[in-house]
Amino acid sequence: MSDENVLSQSFEIIGGNFGRAGKASTAVKDILKELGIDPSIIRRTAIATYEAEMNVVMYAEKGEMTLRVTPEMVHLHLQDQGPGILNIELAMKEGYSTATREMQEMGFGAGMGLPNIKKNSDRFDIVSELGKGTFLDIYIYLDPKRKNG
Amino acid sequence: MKLREIQRLLQAEVVWGTEALLETNIECACSSDLMSDVLAFGQPGQVLLTGLSNAQSVRTADIMEAKAIVYVRGKRPDEEGLELAMVKGIPVLSTKRMMYEACGVLYTHGLPGILVSDTIKKE
Repeated sequence: MSDENVLSQSFEIIGGNFGRAGKASTAVKDILKELGIDPSIIRRTAIATYEAEMNVVMYAEKGEMTLRVTPEMVHLHLQDQGPGILNIELAMKEGYSTATREMQEMGFGAGMGLPNIKKNSDRFDIVSELGKGTFLDIYIYLDPKRKNG
Repeated sequence: MKLREIQRLLQAEVVWGTEALLETNIECACSSDLMSDVLAFGQPGQVLLTGLSNAQSVRTADIMEAKAIVYVRGKRPDEEGLELAMVKGIPVLSTKRMMYEACGVLYTHGLPGILVSDTIKKE
């Protein structure tokens, strides 16, 4: 695919900064709205993005989120510098959380984040390295018939 | 149910919202202090009832396309949250009622909850 068909934009996410948390996700949502993307796709993307952004804010030192929109899909790539995830299988279970009290007071850290990202994406890849960080790739296809491709 | 009716039933203060926004039709309600749950189960067209007063409550409402926020237990959004609500055009009410009572009043007056009926049918 030629680059002219691709929109790409990156956002910086600062760990521990709860005041700014969610700003990148709101920006992503606004961009998709401007592009005239289907509302249900915007909604799924916004939810997945917000959960992923909150994870970076809660657990990592910093991170970067890159939005790519092609004629086929919305792709979000997140990478953070943080502690990494010890057991991804466990972290994917609803209700499992290592959140602190402060995180829960912010309304998050209930162990719903990663499962909710998976639920709202058509394809979700996660790679984590202890002591280094976590990489997420979230794919949401613009054609609703295409799944898990 | 119109947002104005919700305001009346809950004797709520309009923290921010125009007259036109009070005429918004609310289709269902979601109540939680846990934004993760709102993100997991919320629906567009809902009013969000919450006691979480930080900016994340407004951010979550925006992400979920909620049509209004009602803060219970007399809470109000913090400064950042209120500013965001104004930018995003999300009306904000505050009621002194407890969460349980606020939900009960709205439910008995015909405002349905989210998803529950579908979930029960599936089970």
